[in-house]
Amino acid sequence: MQAATTPRAGSALVPEHPLEDLIRSDRIPHIWCPGCGIGTAFAATLTAMKSSGIDLHKTCMVSGIGCSGRAAGYVKLDSFHTTHGRAIPFATGLKLGNPELNVVVFSGDGDLFAIGGNHFIHAARRNMDLTVICLNNLNYGMTGGQVAATTPHLARTTTTPSGNPDAPFNLPLLAWASGATYVARWTVLHTRELTESIQKAITKSGFSFIEVLGPCPINYGRRNREKALQTLKLYRERTIIRNHADPSDLDVDFTKQVILGEFVDKERPTCIENYDKTCRLPE
Amino acid sequence: MTGDEACAEGALAAGCRFFGGYPITPATEIAEHMAERLPQLGGTFIQMEDEIAAIASVLGAAWAGQKGMTATSGPGFSLMMENVGLAVCTETPCVIVNVQRAGPSTGLPTMGAQADMMQARWGSHGHYEIIALAPSSAQEIFYQTITAFNLSERYRTPVFIMTDEIIGHMSEKVIIPAADRIQTEWRPKPSGRKDRFLLYKPGKNGVAPMPAAGEGYNVHVTGLTHDERGYPEMSVDTQAQMMDRLCRKILDNRDDIIMTESHHLDDAEIVLVSYGISSRTSMAAMQQARAMGLKVGFLRLITVWPFAEAQISALAERVKGFVTVEMNLGQIHLEVMRAANGKVPCHLVGHPGGTIIAPDQVIATLKEAF
Ligand code: SF4
Repeated sequence: MQAATTPRAGSALVPEHPLEDLIRSDRIPHIWCPGCGIGTAFAATLTAMKSSGIDLHKTCMVSGIGCSGRAAGYVKLDSFHTTHGRAIPFATGLKLGNPELNVVVFSGDGDLFAIGGNHFIHAARRNMDLTVICLNNLNYGMTGGQVAATTPHLARTTTTPSGNPDAPFNLPLLAWASGATYVARWTVLHTRELTESIQKAITKSGFSFIEVLGPCPINYGRRNREKALQTLKLYRERTIIRNHADPSDLDVDFTKQVILGEFVDKERPTCIENYDKTCRLPE
Repeated sequence: MTGDEACAEGALAAGCRFFGGYPITPATEIAEHMAERLPQLGGTFIQMEDEIAAIASVLGAAWAGQKGMTATSGPGFSLMMENVGLAVCTETPCVIVNVQRAGPSTGLPTMGAQADMMQARWGSHGHYEIIALAPSSAQEIFYQTITAFNLSERYRTPVFIMTDEIIGHMSEKVIIPAADRIQTEWRPKPSGRKDRFLLYKPGKNGVAPMPAAGEGYNVHVTGLTHDERGYPEMSVDTQAQMMDRLCRKILDNRDDIIMTESHHLDDAEIVLVSYGISSRTSMAAMQQARAMGLKVGFLRLITVWPFAEAQISALAERVKGFVTVEMNLGQIHLEVMRAANGKVPCHLVGHPGGTIIAPDQVIATLKEAF
């Protein structure tokens, strides 16, 4: 029988995965394609959660819909896979309902910035104490590669067969303008920096936003003549780390240069602090 | 106080400590009242960026262990529908108030109607069962809001309170009993080993216990079709099992959920069926008709969904007909027809919305039809 001969995780042959305790291993295999960037960003998030020292029993992950939105289904924490675009307002209610919770939103660019864009800017404006991690793969992966609010101008998708006529969002600029108190961007190639950033964001109060550029070789890559490895090569060769860069310089344009780094790290009272101070009677 | 204020006070009395709202006439006063009162009671009010966010925040708060509510009217109710489905599918207790105004679209924002009754039944996609209550006075809004929370917690389901602009804005005397006279219920809580806990394994009444986030159960909550663990399972069998349980926990408990009020049904030949503000019209019409010697009775639906089908079917065996009175052009009327099943004639006294139905209109129909 196969089961008897397959070495089990944790046995001498197959060492236990370092994130084993944070993964619902009974849900593996996951749905992500070979070469997809989501798994790396997901692993960085779990690693950061562990190393940050936060109480994991009080930590939740909230996702919307899409390939990245499936992350909540694999994490062994209280995890919520909500409706398309609505992870942030759900997370807002979760946090306001129990301010002791650490709430991490993990979702994709289509979910957070097209259908859910309104919620993103308002949560940032309120400085809701959330960590929002956006896997940006420049298109809608789950539905087969349609144009997104992040798709580069002229890039091909199934709904822009002659190239994208529109311009994409500069996400860190949007986050900065909306009032986020922590904003960073990395690629899945920059796992160390990414993990450190996520750890910082989780332990910091206020609205934190981290954009993670990751390949979607199956849909975006295929239509734009980019194999997964070529995308990673772009991440290595066409990026530069410039902390505190001017947010208006942060367009994602791999024909030129893409700036990574930590762009905003400031303090401002959170939504809950402001509510308590303004609306509650002094004890 | 107004019906809207009575609704807010009822919610507070029921233990609601979270309100996610968005302004809309004629429901705004509920949000305003909650904005003032919730922080005094240690609760939280937030005005979200739209109604979609409002209901999403209420669902989030419910999983944080709170009793949450939102209140809206037609246009906002439409926007909330997708997340109503999420609440049904994930069995998230919450209360949604619709202070109905005339539609479609922006319609008559400051004038009442009862035309969202079918939207309350079927507004979200997919097949599901839902609970909707229809109060007819400010005092009743107070009590029904408490009942709505209790049903919502007992059955882990969204519950609608379908009021309307007229009772929402009307000032009436409301008696608020002492807190110890008010019965409040909470969702069933799990016990036993946390690592063996199954999020959707039902207890006796078909409802599964519900932990809150942060209690150590590592729940996974998804709007995808899921098994007892809460894990997504893309299979026909799992869909059938989940749907069966979701529907049965309401349908099997209809006796507990359906509340009606009967007036002169014992000797009635003709039965008025109504709910909400139109039941006040119907009450007056019944009294007038009886003074005229007509044997008219009145069945008031307090719970509109699930529908009091059995009661109407039984009446259809012995009465001569039904007249449904409602401020739309025939929604519950069709349900009455369905339950009467062709045995007796069913008439409608309807109205496209904007003003209350006068008892005279009911009398005219009674005279004409019977
Ligand atoms: S479709 Fe794209 S984003 Fe989705 S799992 Fe596959 S590679 Fe990843």
